[in-house]
Amino acid sequence: MQQKDVLPMKTEKADKPLTVKPVITGSEAVIRSLIAEGVDTIFGYPGGAIMPIYDALYDFQDQVHHILVRHEQGATHAAQGYARSSGKVGVAFATSGPGATNLVTGLADAYMDSTPMVCITGQVAAALLGTDAFQETDVIGITMPITKWNIQVTRPEEIPGAMAKAFYIARSGRPGPVLVDITKNAQFGEFEYEYKKCDYIRSYSPVPVLNEDAVLDAATLINNAKKPFILCGHGVLLAGAEKELAALAEKAQIPVASTLLGLSAVPVEHPLYVGMLGMHGNYGPNVLTGECDVLIAVGMRFDDRVTGDVSCYATKAKVIHIEIDAAEINKIIKADVAIHADAKTALQSLLQKVQPAAHTEWIAEFRDADKKEYDKVQHAELFPQEGELKMAEVIRRISEKTNGEAVLVTDVGQHQMVASRYYRFKNPNTNITSGGMGTMGFALPAAMGAKMGTPEKEVVAIIGDGCFQMTLQELGTIYQSQIGVKIVILNNNFLGMVRQWQQLFFDKRYSSTEMVNPDFVQIAKGFFIPGKKVTTRDDISAAIDEMLAHQGAYLLEVVVEKEDNVFPMVPAGAPVSAIRLE
Amino acid sequence: MQKEYTVTVYTEDRIGITNRITIIFTRRGINITSLTTAETEIPGVFKFIITVMSTREQLDKVVGQIERLIEIHRAFVHEEEEVVYQELALYKISTRSLDTGDIERLIRDHQARILTITADYFVIEKTGHQQELIDFIKKLEPYGLIEYSKSGRVAIVKWSRRFHEHLKDLAAVEADNLISND
Ligand SMILES: Cc1ncc(C[n+]2csc(CCOP(=O)(O)OP(=O)(O)O)c2C)c(N)n1
Repeated sequence: MQQKDVLPMKTEKADKPLTVKPVITGSEAVIRSLIAEGVDTIFGYPGGAIMPIYDALYDFQDQVHHILVRHEQGATHAAQGYARSSGKVGVAFATSGPGATNLVTGLADAYMDSTPMVCITGQVAAALLGTDAFQETDVIGITMPITKWNIQVTRPEEIPGAMAKAFYIARSGRPGPVLVDITKNAQFGEFEYEYKKCDYIRSYSPVPVLNEDAVLDAATLINNAKKPFILCGHGVLLAGAEKELAALAEKAQIPVASTLLGLSAVPVEHPLYVGMLGMHGNYGPNVLTGECDVLIAVGMRFDDRVTGDVSCYATKAKVIHIEIDAAEINKIIKADVAIHADAKTALQSLLQKVQPAAHTEWIAEFRDADKKEYDKVQHAELFPQEGELKMAEVIRRISEKTNGEAVLVTDVGQHQMVASRYYRFKNPNTNITSGGMGTMGFALPAAMGAKMGTPEKEVVAIIGDGCFQMTLQELGTIYQSQIGVKIVILNNNFLGMVRQWQQLFFDKRYSSTEMVNPDFVQIAKGFFIPGKKVTTRDDISAAIDEMLAHQGAYLLEVVVEKEDNVFPMVPAGAPVSAIRLE
Repeated sequence: MQKEYTVTVYTEDRIGITNRITIIFTRRGINITSLTTAETEIPGVFKFIITVMSTREQLDKVVGQIERLIEIHRAFVHEEEEVVYQELALYKISTRSLDTGDIERLIRDHQARILTITADYFVIEKTGHQQELIDFIKKLEPYGLIEYSKSGRVAIVKWSRRFHEHLKDLAAVEADNLISND
């Protein structure tokens, strides 16, 4: 492949001074802009309206790697997985019309989970806009509520500016997905290219100024607290504030619980870590939310899956909310002290103002609750002696064999909750899941992206039989691009999570939740991916070893108990203290 | 408690910004009762004046979500007493009614004024609060009202001075770096 570090000048004239800006097409400008932003991987799918961009990409194959997915939804989830594991911006390409509409689920998912992503869509020529031309869709209108920002570009000279803004917006402040829709004439048109990175938009201030007085108020509350409690959210990971969070917890001996998306910010083995919050979280953190006197919520947004009935939530506590997005403050839970800031900046400042403390008895309360949960639920789940295989024991074994160091990508359902509960995360950004949207079909493409983003890490996808069938075509991408992900299907022949609700709240009326499944191993084989099916306890350990030892992608299907339930559980709309152990 | 509020939003001049703002009201099921928008004294900065029936609590959250949009400078919720506001109505009436004479007096008594007169009709303009403008219709009806049209609310915020200073400062900085790369 030819090296292209010198810009070609297509309309170069001998008499022009050498300082002239190169004249290139809009399409080439797109690719050059991506390279200028440090993009090395793109997930996408071509089509008529984005063909000029794909054509331009052809000349830059040595600098940017394009992964041809099998469905544009897969491109978005892959870009999300890439972004979440690597901390970089994920990039996806799609053509106009159906290509663009297939991005919707992934955009919405990335928006809910604050994932930095830039999607580029082709659009019909500007002259045809609004005429219902072939494959014209109002993608700007459609994606307005599910993107952090979007823009339609109709002239080539707008491309560098739009791209620069897109990346700046996607990655700054509270990150999120951005969509750039580029008309075909803008892709074809030529102009004088120059790229300037964007670091300022006058109506946008992504980095709030820290209010030291608020930090002081927070510190006073914490210093006087008998039962302080930290809730760690995704914002901690996004800000890279794991160390600061741990330091604060350690200095004042404050127990820390995590939201689903905050998992992996604090190692599960950390002595102050007390588990996961929310509907299928741990018993202690849920019950004791009602007991704490100061609640320190860091980079989390009090999702209803975390709070349950808000009117009974943390009623004894003064709430300190550290949050970069001002719109989240007081949205669900009223903050007594609001710190509108990046988590890292806020925690650094707070750390200096907080005094050492012990809170021994309070921490012991969590350990009592842990014991209760362990005896009632966990032991039987993790170490069953008889009966069918349980999801939890499979996760326990994967956790042990990967030493808690794998990037765990989970789909949505019982397996997600079990994996989140039992995988013993050791390092930051190793939990990738669809939290806010709960998008089935997320894991396989996201795992693919995560592996591309962090090839040095073991990436294990935990997927339900239902979820797998939503995006299984990405096995084709995995094969074509030789992406070494490990795929574990926990097969209960049910849409398990829905079935659990039907059992508990709909009188066991299993309406449309039983699945007649194909031979998953055979399917993988069709995509030239080796695999194995395991049905017994005796075989599971060796099968996981074999999977992990295999170089490259591997699919392990584990047949698990059909009607297993995930406990503890907070019934929808109930207070979190009403968490049920059985 | 639900009551009428004025929401003001300062935006950049960008295609689609109206849609971005209104969908935030739509999502929470809040009905916009009037919407007025125009460029402010600062070139490139637009002001939206929106009236809605809602609660203060709800609107504080809505405004937070509006401010989160990239191209929004600020958004505010105002109580009735915080703003000076007016609406403008135009009334088209058959010219024949002028013959009776007393419509002129009605116009004068209501501080309305005639904008134009043709052989068939004439147009009256009146500013005021919504109810006043609607009440005026009833008074005009006997004279043969042909058409009526009313604007949304325009409002001046009593305490807005500091914010406008801020906006003026903004005028000094580059509005949009979108095409600045060329
Ligand atoms: C796209 C989509 N459709 C429907 C749902 C609702 N839903 C949530 S969990 C679930 C069942 C998942 O079943 P499976 O993948 O077999 O996992 P299990 O719960 O059995 O572990 C369903 C249908 C969803 N979250 N996403």
